[in-house]
Amino acid sequence: MTILNVTGLTKRFGATDVLRGIDLDVQRGERIAILGASGSGKSTLLRCLNFMERPGGGTIALDGQVLGREGKAGERVYREAELIQVRQRVGMVFQQFNLFPHMTAIGNVMEGLRTVRGMPKPEAEARARKELARVGLAEKAETYPAHLSGGQKQRVAIARALAMDPEMLLFDEPTSALDPELVGEVLNVILALAKEGRTMLLVTHELGFAYHVATRVIFLADGAIHEQGTPDEVLKNPKKERTRAFLASHKQFSF
Amino acid sequence: MAYEWDFSPVLANAPLLAEGLANTLKITGTALVCGVVLGLALALLRLSPRRFLSWPAGFVIEVFRTTPPLVQLFWFFFALPILVGIEMTPFVAGAVTFSIQSASFFAEVFRAGIQSIERGQWDGARAIGMRHDQAMRRIILPQAVKRMIPAFMERAIELMKTTTLIATISYADLLFAANEVSQKTFRPLETYTVVALIYFVVIFLASQIARLVELRLARSGESTVH
Repeated sequence: MTILNVTGLTKRFGATDVLRGIDLDVQRGERIAILGASGSGKSTLLRCLNFMERPGGGTIALDGQVLGREGKAGERVYREAELIQVRQRVGMVFQQFNLFPHMTAIGNVMEGLRTVRGMPKPEAEARARKELARVGLAEKAETYPAHLSGGQKQRVAIARALAMDPEMLLFDEPTSALDPELVGEVLNVILALAKEGRTMLLVTHELGFAYHVATRVIFLADGAIHEQGTPDEVLKNPKKERTRAFLASHKQFSF
Repeated sequence: MAYEWDFSPVLANAPLLAEGLANTLKITGTALVCGVVLGLALALLRLSPRRFLSWPAGFVIEVFRTTPPLVQLFWFFFALPILVGIEMTPFVAGAVTFSIQSASFFAEVFRAGIQSIERGQWDGARAIGMRHDQAMRRIILPQAVKRMIPAFMERAIELMKTTTLIATISYADLLFAANEVSQKTFRPLETYTVVALIYFVVIFLASQIARLVELRLARSGESTVH
């Protein structure tokens, strides 16, 4: 069953075409790893999917519902209220965590439930504790982000996204800002979510993780999908030259 | 020839000075409260992506930041009544002038504080479905306020000193009382020394309290450590 349908998605910043017509169907339960060199548009693609960036052209449909409406010049016009609904259904985890530093871990996880959903405090607190326990941080509930390690921060950020019951999760390089020894704890949490059968799109440089977790791998180059397929197809037997070059440069020092 | 200091005539007029101080605190307090509320409104308007909101706010801010406060006071007290036919008491004219004037400076302090918050905080707030106003109220402002306090205090102190101008339109503030006492006692040196001391004590105390608040806020869990 298709949850997300992207057609002809474009985005330009100034004179640069960052996305040049992306077509993408995401089925429920799919786990898509998005790879690509820096500047290939992978983060922008992800950010367009929950409208952190407004798409320049093309359409995005969630659950068969095409978002926005056609404007006078043929462009798509989005209402803020609609996008707010979308963002609650499509959760996002950032490279830099973006935790709220003036709130405790549990405060961060509760915030969306309280402010956006208007959930009563005891209920929101119980739910937030459950999500913190799921990422293994039950005992850090009252801790402020400044006193958490990078890995712990990212796990709180994941709990914050999960609290909103998203139908789909977007991970934007979730381990790129972490010290190497902290990457594992975050990947383990993502792996557990994968095992629950959650739908997720993951921009990552962890090729090994992508190979084990993803059901599909997409290689982006110059703002377009250059190659896609199963992890075996793309990561082990890439057909395109640029994919091969990219993988070679990433595996250069592996053993 | 050595000057013979004699504070007793001035101290005999202490009630007059006390009343002046009370009035100074009244006008300062009024302008401070109105200035903060209006200043926040001006800052939010100026930050609006809608030009019909940001432009007028910017205009008000620039006009009041770039004209002398005494000119503004005279304009509201002497000129505006001619235009609209409403007589203002010295207190009201002063309150209006100093409120808008301090609001213009506060607005810039607030705007700088709001803009100093990283974009990632907006991202984090929007990603869980917050509206712009919710993100501003719950995520951005609470963090921005801490960064605004030092600059804000600077402006608040400036405001209290600026209110002395209201003596020129015969509002009985501390400076006005000082003029009276000095003329009555023929002791300007003692009078103005005492008055300077009063301003010093009040403003110094206020800034010490602000420092305490600042320290306490900084210690309340969050720090700028990332």
